[in-house]
Amino acid sequence: MAPVPQPTSAMQPILRALRLPQFGMGSKIAAVVLAIIVALTLLAGWIAPHDPLTMNPMVRLQGPIEGYPLGTDNYGRDIFSRVLIGGQLSLIIGIATAAVSVALGLVIGMIAGFFRTADAIIMRMMDALMAIPSILLAIALVALNGPSVGSVIAAITIPEIPRVVRLVRAVILSAREEPYVEAAIALGTPMHKILIRHLVPNTTAPLIVQGTYILASAILTEAILSFLGAGVSTETPTWGNIMAEGRLFFRIKPELILYPGIALSLCILSINLLGDAARDMLDPRLKKRAG
Amino acid sequence: MLFKTRNFDDAPVVLEAKGLTVSLPDTKGDPKVLKSINVTIRASETVCLVGESGSGKSVTSLAIMGLLPEALKVSSGTIHLQGSDLLPLTQAQMRELRAARVAMIFQEPMTALNPVLRVGDQIMEVMELHTSLPAAERRKRALAIMEQVHLPDVPRIFASYPHQLSGGQRQRIMIAMALVLEPVLLIADEPTTALDVTTQKQILALIDELQQDHGTAVLFITHDMGVVAEIADTVYVMKQGEIVESGAVETLLRHPQADYTRALLAAVPSLSPRAARAGADDAVLRVEKLNKVYGGGGILKKLPTAHAAKDVTFTLSRGQTLGIVGESGSGKSTVARCIMRLIDPTSGRILLDDTDIATLTRGGLRPHRQKLQVVFQDPMRSLNPRWTIADSLIEGPLNYGTSRKDALAEAARLMQVVGLPTDALARYPHQFSGGQRQRIAIARAVMMRPDVLVADEAVSALDVSVQAQVLDLLDQLQRDLGIAIVFITHDLRVAAQICDEVLVMQRGAVVEHGPAAQVLAAPAHAYTRALIDAAPGRSWDFHNFQEMRDPSHAEPA
Repeated sequence: MAPVPQPTSAMQPILRALRLPQFGMGSKIAAVVLAIIVALTLLAGWIAPHDPLTMNPMVRLQGPIEGYPLGTDNYGRDIFSRVLIGGQLSLIIGIATAAVSVALGLVIGMIAGFFRTADAIIMRMMDALMAIPSILLAIALVALNGPSVGSVIAAITIPEIPRVVRLVRAVILSAREEPYVEAAIALGTPMHKILIRHLVPNTTAPLIVQGTYILASAILTEAILSFLGAGVSTETPTWGNIMAEGRLFFRIKPELILYPGIALSLCILSINLLGDAARDMLDPRLKKRAG
Repeated sequence: MLFKTRNFDDAPVVLEAKGLTVSLPDTKGDPKVLKSINVTIRASETVCLVGESGSGKSVTSLAIMGLLPEALKVSSGTIHLQGSDLLPLTQAQMRELRAARVAMIFQEPMTALNPVLRVGDQIMEVMELHTSLPAAERRKRALAIMEQVHLPDVPRIFASYPHQLSGGQRQRIMIAMALVLEPVLLIADEPTTALDVTTQKQILALIDELQQDHGTAVLFITHDMGVVAEIADTVYVMKQGEIVESGAVETLLRHPQADYTRALLAAVPSLSPRAARAGADDAVLRVEKLNKVYGGGGILKKLPTAHAAKDVTFTLSRGQTLGIVGESGSGKSTVARCIMRLIDPTSGRILLDDTDIATLTRGGLRPHRQKLQVVFQDPMRSLNPRWTIADSLIEGPLNYGTSRKDALAEAARLMQVVGLPTDALARYPHQFSGGQRQRIAIARAVMMRPDVLVADEAVSALDVSVQAQVLDLLDQLQRDLGIAIVFITHDLRVAAQICDEVLVMQRGAVVEHGPAAQVLAAPAHAYTRALIDAAPGRSWDFHNFQEMRDPSHAEPA
């Protein structure tokens, strides 16, 4: 028996995951790439050489020229600045969607998993929600509420919620059968305490993994919505609407789509790789092999 | 007790392991899992490997089968099967050998069979992989071996899936698969541990019979001394990777030499019931006509109902222990869970200090919860793995308004009572062994100062020496605190050891109920007799290394 107490709190796997030597090469590169992307977008206000909205008709559709490292678009706006600033909103929408859908999904999933009567009603609603194609639902929601950032986040979040609810419900349902939960019932622990102190911690690991996937898919969905013209209005650049605008001049100047496309792909690829790494790290079967 | 006394000196040696050492090369210090063990098995002989968990019995069998997990390596020694060395063989050659010459059966027949294939096809697959018999011949042989393992209605079972069969039938299928190619050696790794005693008896008889017919050598791995007494010719006792003693079964049970063997035998609970203690009059728990019906469907559909508990009635007095015994599916756990109100009884009354708790709401039940505590079977899952021991222990008292400081002080005191160091409080469950965790679970229950403790198979997952310690602990707590215990078990030996009264259940109904001495020594009901009859090694008093003197009288401990 080891004399040193080893906390098995929810934080432990995360702390362990951060010790880099346990990661594969792929996820290390992904972490670095993602860090660079996040840093560039966060500092975009200082790095960007131009205002992303300032038009300069003198230098329309130019290749890389003095002061415009990636060239200009059809209005003479700086592509480099637009991609940097556009990343801000893309990431904000991604993070907000992941956070909101995980939070709402956790609460609804907890209720569905714990209260048998609520379960049937909630899950049928979730089934109904999942039966609607998510892009279609998002387009409808944006069409109803107008193309603001808030309504885009809501439109992407709502179709993601059922997936989180199902996950949380499944974890709660299996955890509530554990003898330590029955022992807690026998010890007179009130239901809400059992739910929060015994059951919810079991959902942390799967939610971290699910959260990263939602983050990646939300950034992608935002791009799709913008591309279809159902996203944030074009005055605010995002990777999606930069590409949507570039579509018209694709034949003469493919860079208009190429650069935001590369930023989007790298970002999503690295988030997904990190999500996979987190899943491997938190998988109890793999954990046992390591420990 | 009739031991096997056959002489195998002239029989050809089937398997001989010499100086077999298995180590963990990738772990620091290169620890040895098996330390130079020697085992010889001759034709028609049954060799039992006994030992507690972690003693290396399963590693021995896996080494022989060439199925060691990757982390383990044979570092020295030889394994000869009929004279030829197995260790230099390649994976492909070992694969040829398995099933054809060495076969194995496992503890859990449900997981060892493929759930999506018909069992007949699974038997035929063994022949398909190892012989070139035509399909018709394979089918004929599969049906023949299924006849030999005494499966009823062979054509129907041939076309069944594993989930459609009972545990005993599945184990028969496993045996049929193992023996269909007539191997020279059969390795049976705890093949009856997951089965009920009556089924176990049949399976042991079957292995014995097939061994007679085919001359197979059997390596039988078990932790159960009763099983050893029933079936072994030769016994090897293992401890921490070493063979501490070996010999003919009767010699070993009558004159054990090694201290460890003596301790192991002494820990086997005696089947002779304890003398009934003077019964106190104040009943703490009265259960009247308790019924639990499962199923029936909802508004939309009708489902068949299962009557898991039928009119169960008993009274438990302070400081007494009531044993509820029965096989799986008898309803004993249903009764326990109804009493704990983890499930709602369908009808009947549960009187705890004259309050009927059977119909109380969740809130109404709360004040009564602390008088009623539970200890579960699985010590790995009954403590929250994310919590320290201290957090688990004080959870209950905090719920009823005890201050944190007082609760922690009481927890520290109880740690000593259950024989654990006080610094255990700051640790997490995974840092303890199964027996220690079970003590912690008992301490958690006792923290509430309960009147009634329900122990649901509380010692079934433990090794016999640990089991004895936990039973002693329960006994001590009962004497000190006057707790009444409802002890649910499938093990008659354990019931005999600690129960004042015994209630025998079969298919949800109570078939016999009375003082332990009477029920176990002079059973009135046929089912109770069958249960006692099936208990392996029942006429041997392991504790005193001799025959049971007279099972109808309680022996002084």
